[in-house]
Amino acid sequence: MITVNGERHPWHAGLTVTQLLKEKNYVFPMIIVQINGAHVREEDYPAAPIADRDDVAVIHLITGG
Amino acid sequence: MKIYVNEKKVTVTPGAKVAELVKKHKPGADLCILNGFPCLMEHTVAANDRVVLIKKGERPSKRELEHLLAARHTPGVHARLKKACVGIAGCGGLGSTAAMALARAGVGTLIIADFDVVEPSNLNRQQYCVDQIGEAKVDALAGNIRRANPYVTVVKHRVRIVRENVRTLFRAADVVIEAFDRAGQKLMLADAVLDLLPKTPLVIGNGMAGYGANDLLRTRRVGNLHVCGDGTSEAGHGFGLMAPRVGACAMLQANQALEIILGPDPRMPKSQTRNPKSR
Repeated sequence: MITVNGERHPWHAGLTVTQLLKEKNYVFPMIIVQINGAHVREEDYPAAPIADRDDVAVIHLITGG
Repeated sequence: MKIYVNEKKVTVTPGAKVAELVKKHKPGADLCILNGFPCLMEHTVAANDRVVLIKKGERPSKRELEHLLAARHTPGVHARLKKACVGIAGCGGLGSTAAMALARAGVGTLIIADFDVVEPSNLNRQQYCVDQIGEAKVDALAGNIRRANPYVTVVKHRVRIVRENVRTLFRAADVVIEAFDRAGQKLMLADAVLDLLPKTPLVIGNGMAGYGANDLLRTRRVGNLHVCGDGTSEAGHGFGLMAPRVGACAMLQANQALEIILGPDPRMPKSQTRNPKSR
C-alpha cells in the first residue's frame, strides 16, 4: 500500500510514476510529482520506481495569480 | 535597571512608568509601543524592555525612522527578518501583494523579477495605481516598497524568467515565492527551483480564482515545496481573478515564507503544515 495525495492506493511490484498516473487517471498536463518529498523530473516518470509504503504527491498546477 | 527607549539604552529606577519616560525622553509623545505592542502611559516598565515613544503626526528624522517602523515587531523577530532574502518570481497579483507584506514585515532583501509593464487590467488585483500605468512592474513595485519601508534592499530584474536564468536570479534567496499567472510558467519555475536550487524552499500559489470560499484556501507542504491556494479554482473565461482572493493566497505565501525563515512560532497552536525548524 502507498499513499497518493493523502489517500491509500494499492502497491504492486514494478510500479512506476507513469503507471501510477495511469491507475489514478491523472491526465493533467501540468503536474509536479514528489516521492517522499523528493522531486521527480518528468523525463524520469516512465522509469521512476515507487516502493511499497512510499508517500507520493501529485500536484496539479492551475492558472491564476 | 537598563531598558531601551527609542533604541537608546537608558537607566531607569525600578517601578518607573511610561509617562516618566515620555517626560524625560520624548515630551509630547502620545503613543507607547512596549516590546512590539501598544501600552498605556501608566504601565510600569521592567528590565530590558524595549520602549518606543511616538508623537503622532510628527515626521521622524531619517535616523529615527527605521526603529519606529519596526516598533510593532516582536523583539528578536525583526533582527532575523532583516538578514533574510526572499525571491519573488513575477510581480502580478500574487507577487506585488506578497512583496508589500514582506517589506512591511521587515524582510531585509527582496529579489523581484518580472518582464512586464503595469497596464489597466492589472489594477483589479495588483498593488499598483493608475499613475503607474506604463511603468515596468519591477520599477513600480520597488517604488511602492520604498514608500512603505525604505530600509528594504530591493534587487530588481526586468527579465522574462526562464529555466536558464532561475539559478542566477534566485540563488541568494532563502525562500522563493512563485507568483506567476499561467500554469505552464508555474510548472517551469517549480521544476527549475526543485532541480537547480534543491535546498531552497519554494512557495507556490495554486488555485485562487473567483471570490468567497475562504475555508478552501490552505497551505500544503511536500518536502521543500509549499503549495498555497485551493488547488482547484482555475482562472479562465467567465471565472476571473479578484483582489481579495488572489490577495489572500499571496498573503498565505508571504506568511509561509516568514515561517520558513523564522521557524514555527512557539505561541501558535499546533499546525498541520508547520515548518520543522528555523533555517
